[in-house]
Amino acid sequence: MAHLVAKPPVRRSLPQGAARRAVGRNLTAYGFLCGALICFAFFSWYPMVREVVLSFQENNFVDPPKWVGFDNFRSVIEDPAFRAAWLNTAAFSGLALIVGYAIPFVLAVVLNELRHARGYLRFVVYLPVMLPPAVGVLLFKWFYDPGAGLFNQILDVFGLPPLSWLDSSSTALISLVLVSTWMNLGTGTLIYLAALQSIPGELYESAELDGAGLFRRVRHVTIPQTKLILLVMLMLQVVATMQVFIEPYLLTGGGPENATVTVAYLMYQYAFNFGDFGGGGALGLMLMVVLMVFSTIYLRIARDNEGGR
Amino acid sequence: MTTTLQPQRVLKATTPAVAPRSTRKKKDRGYETRSLVSPLSLRSRRGKLTYWTVLVVVVIGFTLAFVFPLYWMVTGALKSPDELAQIPPSFFPKSFDFGVYADAWNQLQLGVFLKNTVVYAGGAWLLTLAVDVTAAYALSKLRPYFGKVILAMMLATLMIPPMVLLLPTYLVAKDVPIFGFDLLNTPWAIWLPAAANGFFIFLLKRFFDSIPRELLEAAEIDGASPMRILWSIVLPVSRPILGVVSILSVVTVWKDFVWPLLVLPETDKMSISVGIASLSAQMPQNVLIASLVIASLPTILVFFVFQRSIMAGLTAGSLKG
Repeated sequence: MAHLVAKPPVRRSLPQGAARRAVGRNLTAYGFLCGALICFAFFSWYPMVREVVLSFQENNFVDPPKWVGFDNFRSVIEDPAFRAAWLNTAAFSGLALIVGYAIPFVLAVVLNELRHARGYLRFVVYLPVMLPPAVGVLLFKWFYDPGAGLFNQILDVFGLPPLSWLDSSSTALISLVLVSTWMNLGTGTLIYLAALQSIPGELYESAELDGAGLFRRVRHVTIPQTKLILLVMLMLQVVATMQVFIEPYLLTGGGPENATVTVAYLMYQYAFNFGDFGGGGALGLMLMVVLMVFSTIYLRIARDNEGGR
Repeated sequence: MTTTLQPQRVLKATTPAVAPRSTRKKKDRGYETRSLVSPLSLRSRRGKLTYWTVLVVVVIGFTLAFVFPLYWMVTGALKSPDELAQIPPSFFPKSFDFGVYADAWNQLQLGVFLKNTVVYAGGAWLLTLAVDVTAAYALSKLRPYFGKVILAMMLATLMIPPMVLLLPTYLVAKDVPIFGFDLLNTPWAIWLPAAANGFFIFLLKRFFDSIPRELLEAAEIDGASPMRILWSIVLPVSRPILGVVSILSVVTVWKDFVWPLLVLPETDKMSISVGIASLSAQMPQNVLIASLVIASLPTILVFFVFQRSIMAGLTAGSLKG
């Protein structure tokens, strides 16, 4: 017992009773922690190690795994789908930013000015977020139907020619972006709305007294006051959209002609269609490195803010 | 009482709004802090006209964008395959034949999928609460040696997007190291990873940190065990955050697609999302749409009931990495 107590130097001088209490408290604490430690160890911490090991090994799960250095990376990079996957993922993220980054902010600014139907509008904008993603995606698959799908019917009403949406390599990716934006718009809108409500009214007051018009007030009061949350959301959206999987998986299967293969989808294909977990692991590791860059930026923004207040 | 227990605000918009609703309501009705547009300009005739125009446009626009697709889904299920293929489409279904919902229920064994999903989400919820609450309490109030390191390692998992660990985590579920269990096609494959949630630990610990020490010390002096303190003092005052964590955990598991797709490949074990997606190719269009309606009902219902907790959790959720 005594050597256990002596471990932390700070506590060495404590009287016997206090030391015993410290041991007891630690035992209880670790008793409380053990469930979480087991879950994290097996399903969060070990997988990180395993991910690295996986990508440097050749493993068919029958013979003992073999270390192969960078072979997995080499073979994945030589795959013609590799380039397409990264370009598509970048394009998907970029398009999702163009389509989906400003809209929630604009909606939130407008919603914040309205004095009626607020509950309804807030509820409605969040409805698609509550749908299971698979349901939203399959619903849009039906809307995109080139024959009697809703979207072509709408185009027809306005006298526009029908589009082939998912079936053409030029429109397939933007179609995926549309679904994803529709399903996630509500989150950003409500987060911005919460941020807008914390802007003190006096700022607008004095800006107006100085003669600032509506748009100048948005530019010089609203945006600076919400700059932080705007930055945080930018990082989060990039990280979220670069992991896109369910849209290509359910809508296009990566086609037509690799036009919608994404990195996450290619990783899935390597592991579960080609049985090459090494190649999949290599892709996952590359994606991890890229996304960690954005996560780190996000974390720095969050931390700087915490210190600032 | 609640206000003193509110967690310290790190970032205003990313802290759960645990304050009771009544205060906000009062603010909306009575004295109003101004926003972008001044109340004065709204009172002029031109201001009023602009305001009502914008309001009508926004309400119609939101309804078209977010409600109309759902209307189209619900009515689409009632149309026959011929009516679905018809150009131009009918705005109202010709006949209200709810039999298609029964077809969807039977042909797609939606009952089985729904029951599975309830088991996965419910079990994940209970396990998450049990595991994460005790862990957060230990880290916050008992402060064991290496507690800070453990917390940092748990929070570090938030930096790694879940998608990139998909394959190694799948391999763990397939053959758990040391124990050698195969968790595939068992609910544990959903429950255990769901409980390893750094974000919940973070939310709970931050809340527990804000509970005054004196409250716990008084109980300790009275001889209450840590378990007793957790149960009788900490949990009752933590109801708001427990609500947020509960809703988030259930909804996350319910909506998840990729993970159950991998670890529950057997048809009888599938969750509702995966089940519908994997059987979608073989179904007539209207039956598939009916099954989509059935699959979206539970989450929308949950949203109706727990709207406030969900929106509170959302602003907290923006911290999730």
